[in-house]
Amino acid sequence: MDPNIHRPMALQETPVILPGHDFETVTETIAEIPLSKRYPLGWIAFIGAALGLLGVLHMALGYLVMVGIGIFGTNQPVGWAFPIINFVWWIGIGHAGTLISAILLLFKQQWRMSISRFAEAMTIFAVACAAIFPVFHTGRPWLAAYWLFPYPNAMGLWPQFKSPLIWDVFAVSTYATVSIVFWYVGLIPDLASLRDRATSKLKAVLYGMASLGWRGSARHWHRYEVASLILAGLSTPLVLSVHTVVSFDFAVSVIPGWHATIFPPYFVAGAIYSGFAMVLTLAIPVRRFYGMESLITMRHIDNMAKVMLATGLIVGYGYTMEAFFAWYSASPHEKFMMWNRMFGQYAWAYWSLISINVVMVQFLWLKKVRHNVGLLFVMSLLVNVGMWLERFVIVVTSLANDFVPSSWAHYTPTRWDYLLYAGTFGLFTTAFLLFLRFLPMISMFEVKTLLPQGKVKAEH
Amino acid sequence: MAHTPETTSALHGVMAEYDTGQELVDAARKTMAQGYTRVEAYSPLPIEDLNTIIHKTRTVLPKLVLAGGLTGMATGFALQYWASVIEYPMNIGGRPMASWTTFIVPSYELTILFAALTAAFGMVLLSGLPRPYHPVFNVERFSMASSDKFFLVIESADPKFGGAAAFLKDTGAKGVYDVAE
Repeated sequence: MDPNIHRPMALQETPVILPGHDFETVTETIAEIPLSKRYPLGWIAFIGAALGLLGVLHMALGYLVMVGIGIFGTNQPVGWAFPIINFVWWIGIGHAGTLISAILLLFKQQWRMSISRFAEAMTIFAVACAAIFPVFHTGRPWLAAYWLFPYPNAMGLWPQFKSPLIWDVFAVSTYATVSIVFWYVGLIPDLASLRDRATSKLKAVLYGMASLGWRGSARHWHRYEVASLILAGLSTPLVLSVHTVVSFDFAVSVIPGWHATIFPPYFVAGAIYSGFAMVLTLAIPVRRFYGMESLITMRHIDNMAKVMLATGLIVGYGYTMEAFFAWYSASPHEKFMMWNRMFGQYAWAYWSLISINVVMVQFLWLKKVRHNVGLLFVMSLLVNVGMWLERFVIVVTSLANDFVPSSWAHYTPTRWDYLLYAGTFGLFTTAFLLFLRFLPMISMFEVKTLLPQGKVKAEH
Repeated sequence: MAHTPETTSALHGVMAEYDTGQELVDAARKTMAQGYTRVEAYSPLPIEDLNTIIHKTRTVLPKLVLAGGLTGMATGFALQYWASVIEYPMNIGGRPMASWTTFIVPSYELTILFAALTAAFGMVLLSGLPRPYHPVFNVERFSMASSDKFFLVIESADPKFGGAAAFLKDTGAKGVYDVAE
């Protein structure tokens, strides 16, 4: 039902789809991009830059494998640094995609339909970037397999199942697999649309194979609907468990500033917060360049900003509770940890993240800000800077100044730390641009269910 | 490739085309009321009641998913128990070998993994996919089934197939086509 019916004019919201669309125009607008023969100049420029960064990634990984992890700034006492920060950051970004495609599906939020496809693509690419860090920070990833995955090996060794790091392997690899499966299942009907409209034999065959011969029969759709509801129901506890388990990597240890019971919900909220920022970072330019303003309307932008505000407030609550726990614990190490974060050698990082994640985010209460697309774009970039700094502060300050002052040190990342991190942007952007060009970026059949043409009256 | 109405020998069925989901549902109701049994409807988007009207059965998929999930949970727990207690016991801080609470997370993740894979593969395989070829693709207009048109097919295997084409014309179809085998 139209939510605007009982509202006064002034409070009416922008619809999820702007008027003037029917089935034909929806298919046309979305399918035209993957089927066209043109490669827009902007796309070529962006993918050129992205491929350059992808080259940086290969170079950094190649050098890492040749020389070893000594090329990183990671050293005692800061034995966990850039790799885990970047891992948590990328994994967190992925969470928004699953929230949009699974949790909002269970809540029957119709606005999710036009952003779920590319948010889910973002999830998969972000998880791929995240996976690089834990695998390669082992130095010799080809040897890492036997303590990460349980498989019968010649040494008769098995992983240590009492360790949260192994839980993380299970959580993240399940998350990656289920995300890919969920995304692909959602693509099948749209791939069939591309097959039926393909302009060349090659495209028809490729999209046809990818669509598995989907016909859209009543039985197909029935099973499809059941399957996607089940997948949404499974992805919801899954996504909540992933960042919970990521937070266990810290919370199960005894390091001051890590050993906190608030970590699981605080990490999950932070993940969704940064993920929505990334969806905005991607959606704002994409809807502009591809002329999708009638399908990704101001309603979507506004709602995403609101989710960002809500999760940002939870994150702010997490910061407050961390400080409270430190004081209430009466443990000198916990108290020192908090003092050290605020006024120690990395105070600049702490206050930068507070000014972004606690102060700046308050401007999202204003509708004017939420409807200023340019400003929102800049804010979404800053939020991800803030969330990266949050992980930096959690990881580095707790380790650089731990229990024994004689072992304290200052951590400085090396150029290889930065190059590897920058390189993952190359992987992410390249994958995302290929997705925009060759797959339908918005779920066509789902958007059609919002149009009157698809509505069917119940009998009697 | 449209066929002439005379060639009824090697037919998969007859296909009727409609403009809206409502017309398709109305036609499907009439068709079922008429006593046709080998019927299938095709639409560019899911229509909630359509499967119930035509096939009257629900998929077994949810039960398979439950079984898949339970298998995943058992696999996860058994794997960890076997590795930590039987095959490679290791004393970690004096904790029991079978410290089942630490086995929860991987068991939970494998429950979801197996259930989700069952849901996805089950959906595809129960629908008889992948199957690149199907007689309905022989009808040229059928390419619109994934865009904005709705189709109803009565298969030639139906005992009442004789009058099917004429019947479908009366249901308000925009066009009626033969579907070659």
